[in-house]
Amino acid sequence: MSGSSSQGSLHALADRWLPKLVLSPTLAASLIFVYGFIAWTGWLSFTESRLMPRYEWAGFVQYQALFENERWWTAAANLGLFGGLFILFCLLVGLLMAVLLDQKIRAEGMLRTIYLYPMALSFVVTGTAWKWMLNPDMGLQKVVVDLGFTDFTFDWLVNPDMAIYTVVIAGVWQSSGFVMALFLAGLRGIDDSIIKAAQVDGASLPTIYRRILIPSLRPVFFSVLLILSHIAIKSFDLVMALTGGGPGNSSDVPAIFMYQFAFTRGQLGVGAASAMMMLFTIVAVLVPLMYMETRSAKRV
Amino acid sequence: MFKNLTVGRALVYAALLLMAIYYLLPLYVMLTTSFKSLDDIREGNMLALPQAWQGGAWAKAWAEACTGVECNGMQGFFWNSIKMTLPAVAISTLLGAVNGYVVSMWRFRGSDALFTMLLVGCFIPFQVVLLPMAQLLGLLGLANTTAGLVLVHVVYGTAFTTLFFRNFYITVPDELVKAARIDGAGFWTIFFRILLPISGPIFVVCIIWQFTQIWNDFLFGVVFASGESQPITVALNNLVNTSTGVKEYNVDMAAAIIAALPTLFVYMVAGRYFVRGLTAGAVKG
Repeated sequence: MSGSSSQGSLHALADRWLPKLVLSPTLAASLIFVYGFIAWTGWLSFTESRLMPRYEWAGFVQYQALFENERWWTAAANLGLFGGLFILFCLLVGLLMAVLLDQKIRAEGMLRTIYLYPMALSFVVTGTAWKWMLNPDMGLQKVVVDLGFTDFTFDWLVNPDMAIYTVVIAGVWQSSGFVMALFLAGLRGIDDSIIKAAQVDGASLPTIYRRILIPSLRPVFFSVLLILSHIAIKSFDLVMALTGGGPGNSSDVPAIFMYQFAFTRGQLGVGAASAMMMLFTIVAVLVPLMYMETRSAKRV
Repeated sequence: MFKNLTVGRALVYAALLLMAIYYLLPLYVMLTTSFKSLDDIREGNMLALPQAWQGGAWAKAWAEACTGVECNGMQGFFWNSIKMTLPAVAISTLLGAVNGYVVSMWRFRGSDALFTMLLVGCFIPFQVVLLPMAQLLGLLGLANTTAGLVLVHVVYGTAFTTLFFRNFYITVPDELVKAARIDGAGFWTIFFRILLPISGPIFVVCIIWQFTQIWNDFLFGVVFASGESQPITVALNNLVNTSTGVKEYNVDMAAAIIAALPTLFVYMVAGRYFVRGLTAGAVKG
């Protein structure tokens, strides 16, 4: 060691302050761009802001306007419907594929690649592709009609009652492979000896899955639920590309509502209020899930 | 035991194959449609191969298709996305690496709380920051610029990259760093000499994740950019929803594939790391 004592203490001083110094730009950015901006949006939601932001307190007028807006309730109901079905089908399809792929499948690598590639695509690309597939004149409907089923109609994309379900179809297509990957990783992480012991006891394979393997996936299950509900609440690009929220407002979701009121209709206050409602929804859904996730992770 | 049940195995394979077809169908339809003529599309069947393979739709999607008022195809927007994605990925990854190094190896009083505070940025719906961000970018003169989008993506991407590197570095044994400190190595020496050489895999995971996220982003692009500075996802959406004249589905599909090519390419060459990133990002928090 060649360092004199003064050099050594300089070193020590640097080591004490450098970590904090290095972290500080990111912390400052987080304070401003996350916490500060949330507060800013929150403040805007309590003002009379329309085309331009204003900062005088106006109470709950924007929330009142939001809750009296029928379109907002359409968007909220659609989010519930889309979110519920999207999560349900992603879980079912993902779990089924994971269990099937876990059976020492010959071409597992290739199949996994195929199931997962939609995750690499932008939701806009997915929406564009499915918009074409579901085209009532020239898409899948025509394929079935050409097969001889001349009465077959599949017009969900332009049917106000059904348009939101097309978003479910495309969303599940995009995200279920990812759920499969998470479940498969979970299944592979389970100790083989548990399975062997159950087999010795004479349990059949379906029973082993139903009673032992799938229940032990609880922590994975919560992570998946967390991610899927996050995707669902934020969903914007997919709906924009697939239905644009239409026909009419029939497939509107909160993210589109917020974007249009804040940026194309000049209703900043209502936009801010709807953004805050989205934040509350995320908190209300994610916090209990995170709590359950950490609890179940501890138990296993 | 399942091995001998050949009927059962056949069913498993059949189900898996059916799923594979379901996932591949949209890609197949996109590809074949993009090579068809409009007459072929109108008269033929969506699942049929093109009667004559034509590249015209691709040329048009790249250089002539209308994305609103402009009719210069996707080319300019493709470069916009590259100019936005590369710096944003590089900066956010490097920041994440040093941040992750600090919160895992140089913990100080309150650093865990600060890390948790950072993580919140991974979970917020971005709608809640859009209005202030638009104001700020306007003030800074960065509205409708690629530089503005780079800033936004760095700011909101760093929480994820920090998490990636932190989760990687906490698996490195403490003794390694302690020994180096006793030998007189300082903050940066330890980072550059000891940690960086073993960080290859996590850099790949993080870069792929950020690249996919930023390239595929639509929300920030549509809110903070307009006209010439739009990223490719926004241009694609405009192209598909431009309702002037005859709808050219073959051009739509070619444009969609062009927008998807970079991330698909990354997935094909580094799929293993891509999956690892997804699962690592998934077990956050």
